[in-house]
Amino acid sequence: MTEQYDVIVIGAGVVGSMVARFLSQYKLDTLLIDKESDVGVETSSGNSAIVHAGYDSVNGTLKSEMSVEGNRLWGTVAQELNIPFERCGTYVVAIGPDEVPKLDPLLENGRRNGVPALDIISGEEMRLREPALNPKASGALWAPTGGVIDTFGATVAAAENALMNGVTLRLNTEFQDFIIEDGRIVGIKTNRGEFDCRWVVNAAGLYADEVMHKAGVRPEFEITPRRGEYFVFDPNMVQVGEVLFPVPSKISKGIVVTTTTHGNTMIGPNAENIDNKQNTAVTQEGLNEIGTGALKLIPSLDLRHVIASFAGLRAGGNAECKNPEVSYHRDFVIEIADEVDGLVNLGGIESPGLTSAPAIAQRVIALLEEAGEELEKKPNWNRIRQARPNFHDMTNEERTLLVQKDPRYGRIVCRCESVTEGEIVAEIHAPIPARTYDAIKRRTWCGTGRCQGGFDMPRVVEILSEELGIPPEHVTKKGTGSEFLVRPTKEVEES
Amino acid sequence: MMTKKKWDVIVIGSGPGGLAAAIEAKKSGAQDVLIVERDVELGGILLQCIHNGFGLELFGEDMPGPTYAQTFIDEALELGVETRLDTMVMDVTPMRQVYVTKRDGFEELEARAVVLAMGCRERTRPQIRIPGTRPAGVYMAGLAQQFVNIEGWMPGERFVILGSGDIGMIMARRLTFEGAKVERVLEVMPYLTGLMRNYVQCLLDFDIPLELEHTVGRIIGHDRVEAVEAVQVDKDWKAVPGSEEIIPCDTLLLSVGLIPENELSRRAGVAIDPVTGGPYVNEDMETNIPGIFAAGNVVHVYDLVDWVTEAGYVAGCGAAKFAIEQRKHIDRELPVDTGENVHHVIPHRLRKDALVERDVQLQMRVTRPIEERVSVELVDGQEVVARQGARYARPGEMVTLTVPQKAYDAVNKAERLSVRVRER
Repeated sequence: MTEQYDVIVIGAGVVGSMVARFLSQYKLDTLLIDKESDVGVETSSGNSAIVHAGYDSVNGTLKSEMSVEGNRLWGTVAQELNIPFERCGTYVVAIGPDEVPKLDPLLENGRRNGVPALDIISGEEMRLREPALNPKASGALWAPTGGVIDTFGATVAAAENALMNGVTLRLNTEFQDFIIEDGRIVGIKTNRGEFDCRWVVNAAGLYADEVMHKAGVRPEFEITPRRGEYFVFDPNMVQVGEVLFPVPSKISKGIVVTTTTHGNTMIGPNAENIDNKQNTAVTQEGLNEIGTGALKLIPSLDLRHVIASFAGLRAGGNAECKNPEVSYHRDFVIEIADEVDGLVNLGGIESPGLTSAPAIAQRVIALLEEAGEELEKKPNWNRIRQARPNFHDMTNEERTLLVQKDPRYGRIVCRCESVTEGEIVAEIHAPIPARTYDAIKRRTWCGTGRCQGGFDMPRVVEILSEELGIPPEHVTKKGTGSEFLVRPTKEVEES
Repeated sequence: MMTKKKWDVIVIGSGPGGLAAAIEAKKSGAQDVLIVERDVELGGILLQCIHNGFGLELFGEDMPGPTYAQTFIDEALELGVETRLDTMVMDVTPMRQVYVTKRDGFEELEARAVVLAMGCRERTRPQIRIPGTRPAGVYMAGLAQQFVNIEGWMPGERFVILGSGDIGMIMARRLTFEGAKVERVLEVMPYLTGLMRNYVQCLLDFDIPLELEHTVGRIIGHDRVEAVEAVQVDKDWKAVPGSEEIIPCDTLLLSVGLIPENELSRRAGVAIDPVTGGPYVNEDMETNIPGIFAAGNVVHVYDLVDWVTEAGYVAGCGAAKFAIEQRKHIDRELPVDTGENVHHVIPHRLRKDALVERDVQLQMRVTRPIEERVSVELVDGQEVVARQGARYARPGEMVTLTVPQKAYDAVNKAERLSVRVRER
């Protein structure tokens, strides 16, 4: 008997997970699927982790509307989901006299977008706020509503809250095709069998175009992955605690010097169109470009203190803005398909997609209601997802109490980031179990420090093996095919 | 439960430096000596170094790492050194309070003297910025050594090793013994960075090819390493176009250097030399913070464990004396600068009366190799204070200069000293 759902959400990135979370407040049977072994492993974990203020998206586009609304919503949503979000404000910094005039159009655009509290500040004031800034800094756009968020936590917590409220999550489940009867979607085919449904929400990120095309929708729509590479610094050696953008070029926001909720300074991304949706390789050229770009803002940045590098792919689309007065060709797609019934498409959700996620989720609800879906609220919907203990951020008194309750919280596994055995075990048995090394890394920051897993990796492999009841050689970095170990060493005869 | 106890000497880490420091502290008269170790047993990284080559300098005996460690573990325990295992030091203060966490809770310990003996960590992939994907199968050589020698698991079957450091070469042989194929060792420098004896015994003897002036241009493979692209580099480490070669493999090991592990030291306010990555120390291995000493690879990375042990003895003795006398530093110290062809030298400074009690050893690395007889000299301006010959000088091998007690007068009247290593 095929499982029956009201709504199936394809893709458990931050957008899909947030959609599932917002849907979970209604009396709907919802299924969230992802082809990967965990939620949020692609674009949602390879980005700048910035909640943008919304001044730079072209006025009149869906992008501008969603980012300003999303930014506003994150304040509440992050609190409800108990994820780190710091509304620290962001800057666009002009270097030298020529760049100062370029701040005005941004300010103007931002005000039209409805971004509150934007201001232009002097170079002198800016250098006071960030003493390491290029002494040639001549002025800055100050956007106090911008901030930084735990991008891993955002997806995990949203999906977890959805599950708490009855949503079903199936990982390692890859969408293959739609089942369409009389012009209406009635189900989907996956590598794990068929599922019946009345609605599908396409939140497939980099693959949203392919999902649309399977339904014969928007054949001209195409996602071009745009790669961005990043460097992360040792927080003990480099401490730039602000979010600093350069004056943008025509094609990108430029190389940003930013901070994370975890206290690491981070620089990136560059922007390079590529043809492979899996190509998250870092390149020599890209890393050089990022270094050069970041040094323009903070000349004293010492690249020897880089402890990690990574690359993410933006799911860049080619959709025309629906507002006929605006000429813009890379807008979000957030719509119910015309060609077939029962399909909501979320396409081209590149930057500011993380920022927009809660607003997009809210818009999906509105679209369903407009389409005549009678949504009835659950009386017992729990909007609060509690955080699990985080040893790193606790006071010694809190730590003492925790260790008394469970001694495994007294045992440090990752010494750079002070992650304990207790935290790792808790994530392995969480509502969305962390079953791989990288899944644990995204949830606890284990292995993200200076030694990059040099000390914790054998311990984490051992813990995963024990807690999941699998042999060590089946423990993986990021799912099947990425096993750490191949076989036991030769037997030694007892003498 | 918070409990409090005051120790004469607390040693952080139980590798060769920490064990030697604890032993010597005890022998020098310290009463309560404690070793805090994060692992469940004493010995540090020596426990995974099951190859031989340890103890030749100190004992004239060729031992495997665990045997060498056990010698010192036995001695420490016999002397009454106390230990806390499976215990992580979270913080050390300049007033020598040591905060630790373990399975049964937190403790705040107090010490009259502290010896930092945290050893070193391995340089990682992002630090040397190897481009490419991020699959499973990229390991630091020491991490792979732990998997193979401690956990009993092979991390791959077909290896490329980047870096001709000692751990990498030793792992090349170890993996070959275990039936794996080591395709290549790549070294970006034009010379070997580890010991010649390891090149002969670990690579040459097993026909494992070493390519100098080569590095990994990129890593290939989405889930697991499928290949690496090797490239030749010019003298500025720039890739030589057209030299790219794809080497199929499932694992890349990195043996690209060790970094003294000084996060705790920094928390205690210990000043770190950016060249060595370790604390500035005097000839007692005392840091700039009175009563905080440093022993072994936490100061700078040694070639031989025997020398780590000797450095541990020095630190342990100094720590005991400090603890007993709570003595203050009123003696004037003079800096030891790096002169011709010297990358760094330990100690960084000498007390003027350093030679009253004993000879003092200066240990340094050269910046360029000299393949002929060299003269290693400690000079005061142009006046030679101490001199020693050597058959050659190579960046991969540490150079030691013993300053004899008879140089006391020359050191005492000097304002600055410097060391140089030059052709004879």
